[in-house]
Amino acid sequence: MKKKLSILLAVGLLISGLTACGANSKGQAANSNEIKIGINYELSGGVASYGQSSVDGIMMAIDEINAAGGIDGKKLVPVKYDNKSEPAEAITLANKLISQDGVVAILGPATSGSFKSEISVAEKKKVPVISGSATADDVTVDKAGKKEYAFRICYTDSFQGTAMANFAAQNLSAKKAVIVKDSSSDYAKGLADNFTKTFTAAGGTIVGEEAYVAKDKDFNAILTKIKGLDFDVIYLPGYYEEAGLIIKQARALGIDKPILGADGFDSPDLTNLAGASALTKVYFTNHYSSLDKDPAVVKFIDDFKKKYNKEPNAFHALGYDLAKFVADGLKRSKSLDSGALKDALAETKDFTGVTGSFSIDENHNPVKAIVVVGLENGVQATAEKSGNK
Amino acid sequence: MKNIFKHKTLQKFISILITYAAIQGLITVGIIDDYWQATLATICINIILAVSLNLITGFTGQFSLGHAGFMSIGAYVCAIITISNPTTVGFIGGIIAGAIAAALIGALVGLPTLRLRGDYLAIATLGMAEIIKIIFLNLEITNGAAGLQGIPQFVNWTWMFVFTVGTVVIIANFLKSSHGRACISIREDEIAAESMGVNTTKYKVISFTMGAFFAGIAGGIYASYFYFLKPDLFGFLKSVDVLVIVVLGGLGSISGSIIAAVLLAIISTFLQSFSEVRMIIYALLLIVLMLFRPQGLMGSKEISLSVFKKIGLKSKRGKEEV
Amino acid sequence: MDNFLQQVINGISLGSIYALIALGYTMVYGIIKLINFAHCDVYMLGAYIGYFCMTSLKLGVFPSLVIAMLACTIIGVLIEKIAYKPLRNATRIAVLITAIGVSLFIEYGTMRFVTANVRAYPPMTGWLAERFKIGNMTITAQQILIVASTIVLVALLQFIVKKTKMGKAMRAVSLDKDAAELMGINVNSTISFTFALGSALAGAAGVLVGIYYNSIDPLMGVIPGLKAFVAAVFGGIGIIPGAMIGGYFIGTVEVFVSGYGNSLYKDAVVFAILIIILIVKPAGLLGKNTKEKV
Repeated sequence: MKKKLSILLAVGLLISGLTACGANSKGQAANSNEIKIGINYELSGGVASYGQSSVDGIMMAIDEINAAGGIDGKKLVPVKYDNKSEPAEAITLANKLISQDGVVAILGPATSGSFKSEISVAEKKKVPVISGSATADDVTVDKAGKKEYAFRICYTDSFQGTAMANFAAQNLSAKKAVIVKDSSSDYAKGLADNFTKTFTAAGGTIVGEEAYVAKDKDFNAILTKIKGLDFDVIYLPGYYEEAGLIIKQARALGIDKPILGADGFDSPDLTNLAGASALTKVYFTNHYSSLDKDPAVVKFIDDFKKKYNKEPNAFHALGYDLAKFVADGLKRSKSLDSGALKDALAETKDFTGVTGSFSIDENHNPVKAIVVVGLENGVQATAEKSGNK
Repeated sequence: MKNIFKHKTLQKFISILITYAAIQGLITVGIIDDYWQATLATICINIILAVSLNLITGFTGQFSLGHAGFMSIGAYVCAIITISNPTTVGFIGGIIAGAIAAALIGALVGLPTLRLRGDYLAIATLGMAEIIKIIFLNLEITNGAAGLQGIPQFVNWTWMFVFTVGTVVIIANFLKSSHGRACISIREDEIAAESMGVNTTKYKVISFTMGAFFAGIAGGIYASYFYFLKPDLFGFLKSVDVLVIVVLGGLGSISGSIIAAVLLAIISTFLQSFSEVRMIIYALLLIVLMLFRPQGLMGSKEISLSVFKKIGLKSKRGKEEV
Repeated sequence: MDNFLQQVINGISLGSIYALIALGYTMVYGIIKLINFAHCDVYMLGAYIGYFCMTSLKLGVFPSLVIAMLACTIIGVLIEKIAYKPLRNATRIAVLITAIGVSLFIEYGTMRFVTANVRAYPPMTGWLAERFKIGNMTITAQQILIVASTIVLVALLQFIVKKTKMGKAMRAVSLDKDAAELMGINVNSTISFTFALGSALAGAAGVLVGIYYNSIDPLMGVIPGLKAFVAAVFGGIGIIPGAMIGGYFIGTVEVFVSGYGNSLYKDAVVFAILIIILIVKPAGLLGKNTKEKV
């Protein structure tokens, strides 16, 4: 009997010991002078570069907001975790941020997959989650209906894919297109599907479809194959890291047809990777064009360079806007709790950020203008504005 | 003799029940919140993966680097079945179907490749896992890179506990059987085992298939608990993660695998607050642990209840003295 | 036909890179039977060292290449001394986990300093930017540089291993470590020398990749590392010409699957071939099947 009791005791002690550390950290959320914001991003693992860039932008915005007095005198306190680019870890951390750190909202993750996993937690706990770069169409609305607590400030894949398909068919009078996509990325898959749909509806044909995986460096094989095809444009949904190399290698092989892309192209590294001379007849959909000379954009770029000693890319800008967008919601919010913040975010009208000004529509997506930027010798030469969504 | 055995089994059974009830109680009261529950899920999944890999690598001595591949088969099959039939029956059917599918692939891959020795087998299994990943990446039914989402969540603490304990008990008992001893003899000396009349190929395939089966179960639980699947979750690094748990706990020690799985989860929770340097610390820990304890925490020893008893008695005596 | 020849050129350039990395794997495996996971990270470090030589120190291509090779030599030897040497008598799997630990440490340690973003190598000028057209085919000077460097380095390596005293010691240690020691060979310095050679080649591969693809990032070594290891196994691990043949074979297969088959499955085909080779001829293309003695 004694023995059994001791086993019981030992097991009980072990468990209470394990959980005690969890219980302790609770309940310190309600510090009246600060507002906790969760940051759940990919700081390591496969897509660490997107997560790290977004967080750089977010931190810069939070510093600016706090330097300007915070929200009604309260400082924004970021609580930052690394989800290792894994959706399961994103779920675990969302739970931690909400139930232990007591954050009012969570920013991130950067990729649609991890963000979607996080949304299920957010819906259950009624805490808004906002992503700056989850572009898949079914992020904020899916078959099960609208996600009350999920927001984003970036384009949807269908919007960008459609805009580029229209541009290709109308402005470039393209009839035949080749698609080169990153088969390991949902962003590329979404864009490619939507481009195909609109482009074929406009009377065009897709004459070839090739794939690569993120972090590939050698694209000569697929490009040589494409070179033998008869086509008008190449659609290249994907990020600058591979796109820059693909454009460089395509031009080196003598492919001089227009190359089209999306906002993943927006990075100074595109020019560094491809080389300025290769970036001719390259068009991509984007939030803003540097031709705009919007003082807010110019200031952002200057400040960013001062702080981080490098040029910002789209992730930096979207991260920066993301934090500003939430701060704007907090300012308008009736009270500083998650429910009121959700309502305030949903009512956002004409928020002005560095990636353009937008309102939030009934599906929690931003209504943003889209610009098709054209590059000549690595410099933005044309900027065709497309109407609001 | 038989009586003592019965007594021990009963003791084990009771302590398992108590563990279950204690945690279930803490969950009901709300002390174990959603965050700790998610951590518990990770621990359970890792225990199943580690114990099943330990059967292949630690006990049978076959070096496999493709465990994530089997896990992904279980996960995808279970997910697809539960999405089309979102009931408890569908979920149970999904997990079992997933495990069987993983076991079938395991047997299929194992039959030709288990002739290979040591690192060659590791590379072959690694290649197999990569092929599985690429196939999932390009299939229509798995929704490619965008991944499967909206998998109905059925797994709760009870299910996790049942599957974890079930896996550990089945594998532990298998190892005590004559089949299990045959597997261990292959690890000790394959040629000697063969000359003693052990059909080494047969037992290697059996242990490989069993390992794959339980990896499939772990995948099913993963799919059902985290309701989102993506092919790149099951890459090379996932297999390495499992292998790290097994080696850290000790090759050939089931309790070692369990302890290492819990320990790594605690370390990882602790490191979450150091988001920027967590991987660096993790890597350093790995190196330091291997440098100072290359045989793993437990070596090939097991912790049994008697150790708990000793600790329990000691602490009691200690209290009495004070 | 032009397309075909172009693909051959593509395959050989890609294969050269795999071959250079595979050599390091094959030598280390041959001598201490360890899959040195950290090898692909030494390759990554080589690329970064070359990058900083060219951008911060404003050095030319060849001085940068030499500095990167030297630095990688030192790094490789240090890794061996700190992480692997104390485990010389531990189980192979423990050393393997250590190798994985070292690999993660280098990757994320580097990421801490240079961030996860890709960096572009400075654009090449002069003859390295040349492009030659033969009919409808294009060959760049960089491709020629890569193939030529690979061949020269492999020839040099083969000379060291076959003709020098140190090479003889390497072969002896890989054949039987204990016997070699009894014959008066300093096993430790021989192993260090092997790591030094392999790491120097990895460093060279890093800089060449930087020049050729002009994109580097802290995780750039992971996938080429895996494929290079496949190449080493394919050619027969521990055999230097085998690693080279394996590298060229894997590179060409990858290119031809993309070019004439389905680019979605290029990596799957590489691994499938590996499994088949292992089953049919476990010792690799040039390896000799050894009978196991009791």
